[in-house]
Amino acid sequence: MKKTGAEIMWECVVREGVEVVFGYPGGANMPIYDAMLSYPIHHVLVRHEQGGAHMADGYARASGKVGMAMGTSGPGATNLVTGIATAMMDSVPVVFVTGQVAAHLIGGDAFQEVDVTGITLPITKHNYLVTRADEIAEVVREALTIARSGRPGPVLIDICKNAQVEQTEFIYPETVKLPGYQPVDHAPKDSLERAVKLIEKAQRPIILCGHGVLMSKAEEALMQFAVKTQTPVASTLLGLGAFPASHELSLGMMGMHGEVHTNMAIQNSDLILAFGMRFDDRVTGTLKTYAPHAKKIHIEIDPSEVHKNVSVDVPLVGDLKTVLSDLIPMVDEYDHEEWKKQINEWKSEADTRSIMNWEDDGKLYVPHLIADIWKATGGGAIVTTDVGQHQMWTAQYYQLDKPNRWLTSGGAGTMGFGLPAAIGAWFADKTQEVWAVAGDGGFQMTAAELTTAVQEGANVKVAIMNNSFLGMVRQWQEFFFEKRYSAVNMLSPDFVKLAEAHGVPARRVTKREEVDEAIAWARSIQGPTVIEFRVEQEEAVYPMVPAGAALDQMLQRPAR
Amino acid sequence: MNYTFIALVENRPGVLNRVASLFRRRNFNIESLAVGRTEDPEVSRMTVVVDCPNGDMDAHKIEANLYKLVNVIDVQDVTRQPSVTRDLALIKIKVGPEKRAEVNGLAEIFRAHIVDVAADSVIVEITGTEDKIEGMIELLRPLGIVEMVRTGQVAMTRGVNDGVRRVPGVTGNRYEDLEELAEMAP
Ligand SMILES: Cc1ncc(C[n+]2csc(CCOP(=O)(O)OP(=O)(O)O)c2C)c(N)n1
Ligand SMILES: [Mg+2]
Repeated sequence: MKKTGAEIMWECVVREGVEVVFGYPGGANMPIYDAMLSYPIHHVLVRHEQGGAHMADGYARASGKVGMAMGTSGPGATNLVTGIATAMMDSVPVVFVTGQVAAHLIGGDAFQEVDVTGITLPITKHNYLVTRADEIAEVVREALTIARSGRPGPVLIDICKNAQVEQTEFIYPETVKLPGYQPVDHAPKDSLERAVKLIEKAQRPIILCGHGVLMSKAEEALMQFAVKTQTPVASTLLGLGAFPASHELSLGMMGMHGEVHTNMAIQNSDLILAFGMRFDDRVTGTLKTYAPHAKKIHIEIDPSEVHKNVSVDVPLVGDLKTVLSDLIPMVDEYDHEEWKKQINEWKSEADTRSIMNWEDDGKLYVPHLIADIWKATGGGAIVTTDVGQHQMWTAQYYQLDKPNRWLTSGGAGTMGFGLPAAIGAWFADKTQEVWAVAGDGGFQMTAAELTTAVQEGANVKVAIMNNSFLGMVRQWQEFFFEKRYSAVNMLSPDFVKLAEAHGVPARRVTKREEVDEAIAWARSIQGPTVIEFRVEQEEAVYPMVPAGAALDQMLQRPAR
Repeated sequence: MNYTFIALVENRPGVLNRVASLFRRRNFNIESLAVGRTEDPEVSRMTVVVDCPNGDMDAHKIEANLYKLVNVIDVQDVTRQPSVTRDLALIKIKVGPEKRAEVNGLAEIFRAHIVDVAADSVIVEITGTEDKIEGMIELLRPLGIVEMVRTGQVAMTRGVNDGVRRVPGVTGNRYEDLEELAEMAP
């Protein structure tokens, strides 16, 4: 049967299971928008393409499915760029579809022509420029396959306007032909055996749990492995939730703002089991002194991550869940009592410095507020964050026991991510409670999406942690630039009025005693709400490993 | 040290750009890159010579990143494999009739050819290994090279031997190589 290119695109994405698309129309994608009306697609009209990209990203992270976002050619596509890079850095499966000028105009600087495949080449897992309708079916099939398989990531399809309107015979490609793309599942037996030998010898092993655990749905395998070998589990920022925070083997977050005892454990370990993580500089500190006594086993699906930052003793390249399932029957049971005791001693020592022990002085501290939200929501909400101090505090104090509820821009550190990601996550499961924790700075980058939330009835609870500063930058200036504050004082609009102007019920909280009631109020409302918390202005996130320092050289919160 | 890789890639628009962009993005220095068709119309073949200051560790990174490109089908490192490598150069030399014989003599020694003769210049074509071409260029230089073009190196392993593939999991590769690499890490 003959169909237009635009119809074929929808036909294919619907068959791949796409139900919701976040986008913005314009000249070069109008045929796609026209054809969309005939397909079972819910389209969310965003206020800025960056918002749409983060929504598709949040949807993908929360649902485990492929997200989809669209924009028109030229500025529509360039507005997506930050969102594409964000998804790339965190390996999130999102398919981006952009309109492009007609094929015969390409290269002529036509109206709204931008070289989108050129711009996005280094920030996509793969991308396509489609100039003919008869290419579309295969390209869409390939794009979704590539986005969700192997190490997931964003794929962009730039479709020329003529290809959208031309008619061609539609045959759904049953198979995908990608000769150069074969992600591996199993690691070879002899490598597994070498890993087992290292595990046998280890006295002080530690598991580093990364985003890959979630991507590979390996949470159960991780639990089995950790319990069987009694190996403590530290998590990267993006790995949080993959292993229950309340479990006795859980060490919480590692790295720059990780727990003291966790970083100490890494530095003193004799075996690192890196599961689906990539030794980012934010988790290793300086490489010169990183885990100097540890042998390293790295289970990783992307061979280019092996030996990239840290060279390892046994690389196991494959799908984490598959490799762990192969490995578990091969390892013995251990107890590692001494080692766990040692870590607990470090922990008790560090706990005495915790801000959670502070007595109520009537002021608002973000860590306390996060703990309050955690209590009120039973720790079960989906939580997104923006980027900055509030992000680190949320990572530290919203203790997650379940996977895929923690949505934060880790690799890219993209301010403006929180609110749109929360809206996207709500579409993944509308029965879920969703909180977006944002800073006063980052919230303003994508605040316009409040109206999108209203238009869609998205039940997202925004908590703005207003410290009147670009807090994280201020903290660095305080610590490393002799408190010479430069461009970090931020005047904000009246957030309550701003929210109300968007039609969003809002409150301001300035006192300790108003906190619980405000959280309860937000939770009682169906639809978006905003609470602005006026928090302490010059608090700092501790512990902190200064950039370039060794992982155990942490600045700790001064005793009070 | 220079390493030589052979990459088989899908013959599609934009693939060369993807490869070149990868080297730029990952901060590797391409010494030469030659692309052409193969016996299979759907497959193109690249020979890439890259400076690898960290030896095999860099070679592993290059291979693994090349594989990551969806359009790259196979990558081999032929640096240490017995192989035939060839580069072709056209060299224009400014000589009048009085010195043509000298150029001719040199060309004969190097089994090069004079492929064009003009009133004030000749073009010499030479094929061979890098070393041989460099050698000839050195001797021609005093005569006055006005223009030169080189294709960049192409390579093919001898016999049935393939080059080294370090990326585990791909075409049945083993992991020993990778583990040995760990010892050499900087
Ligand atoms: C798009 C973007 N621009 C700049 C930065 C650099 N940056 C990182 S944290 C931060 C401050 C964020 O301030 P705010 O949103 O108020 O959060 P706070 O740190 O105060 O909690 C800045 C500017 C960034 N991460 N992203
Ligand atoms: Mg702030």
